[in-house]
Amino acid sequence: MSGTQRGAPDRTEPLLFELGAPGRCGVDLPEPTGAATRLGAAERTAKVGLPDLDEATVVRHYTRLSRLNHGIDTAFYPLGSCTMKHNPRLHEKLARLPGFADVHPLQPADTVQGALAVIDEMARWLRILTGLPAVAMWPAAGAHGELCGLMAIRAAHEASGEARTRILVPDSAHGTNPATAAFCGFQVHKVQENPDGRVDTASLKAALGPDVAAIMLTNPNTCGVFESDIRAMADATHAAGAYFYCDGANFNAMIGKVRPGDLGVDAMHINLHKTFSTPHGGGGPGAGPTVLSAALAPFAPLPWVLPGDGGELRLQEQAVGPAAASFGRLRAFHGQMGTFVRALAYCLSYGRDSIRKVAEDAVLNANYLRAALADTLSPAYPGPCMHECLFDDSFLDGTGVSTLDFAKALIEAGFHPPTVYFPLVVSGALLVEPTETESRATLDDFIETVRALVARARGPEADGFADAPANAPRQRTDETRAARNPVLRWTPPGTCGSTS
Amino acid sequence: MRWLPNTEADRRAMLDRIGVATVNDLFSDVPADVLDPVLDLPPAAGEIEIERAFRDLGRRNRAAGDGPFFLGGGAYRHYIPASVDALIQRGEFLTSYTPYQPEISQGTLQTLFEFQTQVALLTGCDVANASMYDGSTACAEAALMAARITRRARIAVAGGLHPHWHDTLATYFRFAGLELVPLPAAEPGCWLPDGPGALPDDCAAVLVQYPDVFGAVGDLRPWAEAAHAAGALLIVAVPEVVALGALRSPGTDGADIVVAEGQSLGVGLAFGGPYVGLFATRDRHVRNMPGRLAGETVDTEGRRSFVLTLAAREQHIRRGRATSNICTNSGLCALAFSVHLALLGESGLARLARLNHEAAVRTAERVDAVAGASVTNRTFFNEFSVTLDRPAADVAAAIEQRHGVLAGVPASRLYPDHDDLAHHLLVAATELTSDADIERLGTALEEVLR
Repeated sequence: MSGTQRGAPDRTEPLLFELGAPGRCGVDLPEPTGAATRLGAAERTAKVGLPDLDEATVVRHYTRLSRLNHGIDTAFYPLGSCTMKHNPRLHEKLARLPGFADVHPLQPADTVQGALAVIDEMARWLRILTGLPAVAMWPAAGAHGELCGLMAIRAAHEASGEARTRILVPDSAHGTNPATAAFCGFQVHKVQENPDGRVDTASLKAALGPDVAAIMLTNPNTCGVFESDIRAMADATHAAGAYFYCDGANFNAMIGKVRPGDLGVDAMHINLHKTFSTPHGGGGPGAGPTVLSAALAPFAPLPWVLPGDGGELRLQEQAVGPAAASFGRLRAFHGQMGTFVRALAYCLSYGRDSIRKVAEDAVLNANYLRAALADTLSPAYPGPCMHECLFDDSFLDGTGVSTLDFAKALIEAGFHPPTVYFPLVVSGALLVEPTETESRATLDDFIETVRALVARARGPEADGFADAPANAPRQRTDETRAARNPVLRWTPPGTCGSTS
Repeated sequence: MRWLPNTEADRRAMLDRIGVATVNDLFSDVPADVLDPVLDLPPAAGEIEIERAFRDLGRRNRAAGDGPFFLGGGAYRHYIPASVDALIQRGEFLTSYTPYQPEISQGTLQTLFEFQTQVALLTGCDVANASMYDGSTACAEAALMAARITRRARIAVAGGLHPHWHDTLATYFRFAGLELVPLPAAEPGCWLPDGPGALPDDCAAVLVQYPDVFGAVGDLRPWAEAAHAAGALLIVAVPEVVALGALRSPGTDGADIVVAEGQSLGVGLAFGGPYVGLFATRDRHVRNMPGRLAGETVDTEGRRSFVLTLAAREQHIRRGRATSNICTNSGLCALAFSVHLALLGESGLARLARLNHEAAVRTAERVDAVAGASVTNRTFFNEFSVTLDRPAADVAAAIEQRHGVLAGVPASRLYPDHDDLAHHLLVAATELTSDADIERLGTALEEVLR
């Protein structure tokens, strides 16, 4: 496509605020009557400053902008730890049925039995798939689920009169883990990894003590390997009177194959927007239901969905009766219904027989990539890996090409790059997660591209990497300028810019 | 299975390439005794069966649009233009991740920059972030941010805060070590025109909801003056963002942080989620904000470009010292909000807000004419409180069962321990409320209160 064509991806699209003109409107609403208001002293007198646009201009604006994005629908998206699998459109249709989309959260219980049944059935699936007896459905995302789990853990310790202050977290953990622990008032204590990419059991055991509230591990961990010593670590943790929080971001490697409850996990959030295929939407929304062991279940957040006297479902919204020990509310209302509908439809499509194929094909695809690229890239750890494989940057030694350059060259080749520079425990990390919804043919295409790029990096043309991605909607962006002189909003011409 | 492209032949060839015999050889690190558990779950179902099952489940809910509907209490039923949903379902928006690679994420990044601008304009603030989970969690994060800025640990909370938002704050505060100090409440439906009165010592912030949970609105300036005189910030929490089309901007009237529930624009009711939290503040506090920020820059060819910026506040960089643990936010809902607001524009938002207010005024006048019911508010936007001569929960249930009208949220649903509020009903109207709906509510109230 010619770079000069209107609407072509390499052109800049004006901002909404540069497209408006007074007299246009994108909605046709009836004329107000102009009756006297009852707004009192609060009545607005100044304009908001929004642009007036017609519908066609708005539709074209967003359609053009959408073309500047890479999505799962566009091409391969092997972004490690994010589980960028296919998002089925059936689920979009179901979530928009009026019986789910057009239901108010404070309607009387007898008018929302279908919605409560979806929550209850999704909860049952999550309990069975994880082997844990309870689940708090309300967290809005993974980090919110971490908060839920650590709050339940702190509440449980407090209920038994203990003021434990430390949480053990390995260096390979997602940033949300230490952030959540600190948010909950805990001190974060780092534990070491082994040379094989696993938490060092001896180091973990040595760090346990009467002031440790919990360990926070990811399994499979962010190095892409299963914590083979996990039950010994769980046993040691429990023997020390602490709880085991598992970051469930990587549940896609385990779904249907292994129940975290069988490994000694006490609490784990599940990212419905990863494992259960609900769309990432450019950064959300997600949902982070958090499964809890019997010891933590009494502290689960409000509300609780409980069976009523006549078999109907009801919401227990107060910390009384069975929910007397609940640590309270995590948010308004009751969870991400739109996400539950999509996730439950996902579960029902696989059923008991084939749900484990998700994990099997995800792990198979990752190991296939790993095997095919083992002599081209540099695997960070011995195999097999689980659903993602981690490479370090030693394959680029002496080329002058960085992991970032390599990622940008993958963009030039039409792929979304893997996660780069995470986890922090290996140099110049490339974390590749293909997911089960990619075909062998796509993987072969990626493998060939990577091989060719590595050959180029090692050859005389390596200079080209610094200029990649040449054909993307944008070249590399000046992030230093963005951070030094932040421009975080449009301001009308002639006014002072928003800086800080 | 339609979502799994590999054939058995592919799998066989891939296992051979890897050099293992079976897929379970790849799970060799998993203790063998826990691998492949028996799962007490239903068998697989096809697309036809699943759609049928969900249609059946959906029919077990009453949709708001099935009859006259007057529920609010923090979630509001509005018309969503058809193009909103068409645009957010474009695969490039729907199936992309957080825009960490700006070269191929300008669509998401520019829409976030535009969203931030819209939110800043609506709230009267300098800057806004790229969204939070919802209004209630944005409100809790605002309180934590005020505590960071002032290095104080006490938040004074006005009486009209939605109980779910209040309880969310209480939970966050308990674990974050903050203290929630309740301020004296006004009568339901009344706004304290002179501000909060005496404040406790060492307040980090005064937090007031606008409109409050009973729908009352009033002057924020005395609240800002009182907060600032005490060295505290003013946090204004807005449960119904359409109100800002008719009400003075909190930021203009002195609010230091404005949070709002954005569900009313583009998102829909959806039984409570996902929604979208709006979060705005003054320039000088930007480095203390939670959440993502899109910022403007240029690429190497000098073209205007957008990137995620000031990430040194965030968990993936700062880890245990981040301003918040938030990662995934509410991106697609923020897009829906932004598209809806783009369609409305200045003139459409003003008109929409006015239509909401006028529908509520007509509803209030009709309800007030019913013997045994009286509107308690002097001021309101699109929701108000009614005092009934008997328990509101009983009245609402009778109206639903006998007349098919959802008359409002009984205050007892939100305040089950407050006997003094048992006769209060919260009634909301929007642009979707017709005159016929209002008459059916009035007639039903007359019949039930007879």
